[in-house]
Amino acid sequence: MHKVIVDCSTGTITEVELTAEEIAQREADALAYAEQKAIEEAEAAAKAAAKANAEAKLAALGLTAEEIAALSK
Amino acid sequence: MATTYTAIATVEVGAGGASSIDFTGIASSWTDLVLHLSIRSNRATQVYDTGRIRFNSDSGSNYTASRRLYGNGTSAVSDAPAITNSGLFEMPTAAGATASTFGNIQIYIPNYAGSNYKSYSSDGVSENNATAAYASLIAGLWNSTSAITQVNLLPYSGTLFDQYSTATLYGIKNS
Repeated sequence: MHKVIVDCSTGTITEVELTAEEIAQREADALAYAEQKAIEEAEAAAKAAAKANAEAKLAALGLTAEEIAALSK
Repeated sequence: MATTYTAIATVEVGAGGASSIDFTGIASSWTDLVLHLSIRSNRATQVYDTGRIRFNSDSGSNYTASRRLYGNGTSAVSDAPAITNSGLFEMPTAAGATASTFGNIQIYIPNYAGSNYKSYSSDGVSENNATAAYASLIAGLWNSTSAITQVNLLPYSGTLFDQYSTATLYGIKNS
């Protein structure tokens, strides 16, 4: 893999292979992305489960599906 | 557009893509910087990617979690992704979108050479010749008093910016 470097002082554009340190940084970034994505997905799943649970309780109280949907608008 | 809007440098990614685009040697001659991007990443399956922005190649935990608002015309999300080793920008188009489409993005960096912490904002839209498309606004902060002399752009979940992606850095005076 290589990166593109634009030297604004000269206008020179070069393509440079990543160093070992930069590759390690990319790998750390990828790991951080995976962790962040897992957090977001867990939060979304918890939110969806709570919503479904709340809707089930409202339905048990006698609200229609239309009435439950109206509450979230 | 401000009359002092000056193109400092522009680059188009060549064959094989690029893992990052780095603008270096940025003089302190302007008051603000603006980046205009037409960009696509190789993130698989999805129609858009997020991008990372770093200043002066700083990959330490020196960035406040970005504030983000994005949506697709049906639903919207407001969040602050817990990423502190870079700022974020959106929306590069990704591999799941129509071929040869590119996200349009502007990143504005005011007072980049000052001694306060450096804020920036990004606004962008993905492009797709199909239903799924997104728009995004992001506010970010680099917690450094150093003048910005480098801007580093990287894909977030993809590994490369695709060929024909372009990035242009502008300087603005007296904006």
